[in-house]
Amino acid sequence: MTTTQPTMPQPLSRPAGPPGMAGASAQVALRALRKYIRTPGLSVMGIVQSVLFLFSFRYVFGGAIHAGATSYVDFLVPSYVATIVLFTGGGIAVAVAEDKVQGFTDRLLSLPVPRYSLVLGRTLADSTTNVWSILTTAAFGFLFGFRLLGTWQEAMAALGLCVVYAVVFTVVFIVMGLFAPSAQAAQGMSLIAFIFAFISSTYVPATSMPGWLQPFSKYQPITPMVDAVRALLIGSTSDVGLALAWSALLLVVFTPIAVLRYRRA
Amino acid sequence: MSIDMKTLASPAPLLEAHGLTVRFGKVTALDGLELAAPPGKVLAILGPNGAGKTTFVRAVATLVRPDSGELRVRGRDVVREAASVRRDIGLAGQFAAVEPTMTGRENLEMTARLFGHGRAASRRAAAGVIDQLSLGEVADRRSGTYSGGQRRRLDLGASLVGGPRLLLLDEPTTGLDPISRREVWQAVRGLAASGTDILLTTHYLDEADELADHVVVIDRGRVIAAGTVGELKASIGRDVIEVVVTAAGELDVVGQILERVTMSPARSDNGGRRITALAPGGPAELAAVIGCLQEAAIRVDEIGLRRPALDEVFLTLTGDDTRVPATAGQTIRSAR
Repeated sequence: MTTTQPTMPQPLSRPAGPPGMAGASAQVALRALRKYIRTPGLSVMGIVQSVLFLFSFRYVFGGAIHAGATSYVDFLVPSYVATIVLFTGGGIAVAVAEDKVQGFTDRLLSLPVPRYSLVLGRTLADSTTNVWSILTTAAFGFLFGFRLLGTWQEAMAALGLCVVYAVVFTVVFIVMGLFAPSAQAAQGMSLIAFIFAFISSTYVPATSMPGWLQPFSKYQPITPMVDAVRALLIGSTSDVGLALAWSALLLVVFTPIAVLRYRRA
Repeated sequence: MSIDMKTLASPAPLLEAHGLTVRFGKVTALDGLELAAPPGKVLAILGPNGAGKTTFVRAVATLVRPDSGELRVRGRDVVREAASVRRDIGLAGQFAAVEPTMTGRENLEMTARLFGHGRAASRRAAAGVIDQLSLGEVADRRSGTYSGGQRRRLDLGASLVGGPRLLLLDEPTTGLDPISRREVWQAVRGLAASGTDILLTTHYLDEADELADHVVVIDRGRVIAAGTVGELKASIGRDVIEVVVTAAGELDVVGQILERVTMSPARSDNGGRRITALAPGGPAELAAVIGCLQEAAIRVDEIGLRRPALDEVFLTLTGDDTRVPATAGQTIRSAR
């Protein structure tokens, strides 16, 4: 056999033990974040898209929508920012489906990593990008004329709620990606989120919908979740407890599904 | 390194499967597979598409739970001792599982961390692999810019950074151009030479011929033959008469002569001038064929007797022409 390669056969060293939960999750998260930051289609276009939608609602549809006592911009911006993840979250489902189809998840599962670190790392990374979307969209909200009517403590509480929602929706979109047979299917499935966003009090007062549609709007999680954020920001009474209860329920339901589904991806 | 009493007594087989069965709904991917592979070898799992090759690799990689039966990797059960199996293996699946937006080095360092290496050890492992697989020139470029062969070698590298005892390569060269294919082959040979046990699946017979010490042929989820490449070829026990005709138009006539003399089906290259048939009678049949060819005044460029190639072994084993695995650039068809 000819050995023209510079290969000096030497066995590679073996690690002393498997990685810990924190270390493995950090690596999984770091990779997802790098992908997000280094793919302009995700990092830039995601923000551009959410700002464009905000612009359209504020300046195009907004004139035709009556939000009662509050001005439409003050009605719209809090709930829009709180649910922005429903628009950008399709990317999470797509990324998860791609990892599964393209063998990346198999590679991770063949490594001696703690099984939970796949979901934890992914959630960490995507929640971070979602918080980034929330902050930039909120900044544009102010630019488009939104003004805080409550106290700054209430504003901080509202931001905290938005961060909680970001985590909750991330897990939901991860589950969608894990069940989707392909990236395209994941994109399609993520449109389900639009239904919940549109048939809620996010963009229009729920009372303006026909009577038969109002129960759906009232009893699905998005309405109490956005109402809580809006109330905090415009200084009215807010049912934060109900919003947090919905968040907890969604997390409790979807997290185990994500973990179990990841195991046998 | 810890001393394992079991390995001291007698080296545990690299792989051991008993009655291994995996079902996906109504489809039985592995159907009571039996296999024992010794350590220190390159083992090729050969079979047509859908034979169960990938399922077997995924079972070894702890990604698929067997429905019944037993599978041990270096003596450890893939279900009960999955965590310790994972520390021993490195998987390079059918698709290069590298992050295109990260550089080769970043990919390798990340995987090393996920194997359990610390920061400094990960850097060393990545550098070592880059060296070993001759990826130095492209290591700091994003892997999305790599050629197919480079990406596959990087993927191979990622499966190596944890110093696995067993490397699993699922169709390592599928979809690669011939040059990239040679690159990957060379890398695999280098790894085998450095003492890594390798299990690879392929539906390319020449690949198994090229790389493997042991070949296991599977079909419909069962092992239908196993042994060294030489043993498999010898198992047919017959030689092959090969004729290259001068005029392609005479291929059919030559085929008829071959079949009449050898009583076995003749096979020709698609559109080529080469035709072969198994010759149970060896040299006597070769002499008879030459006689017939002279009588019919057919001019040939080459004629001879040789040992069967792996694809001919495969055909004989499966007895099915329609599901023959492809050799690169060649299709085999029956003349009849």
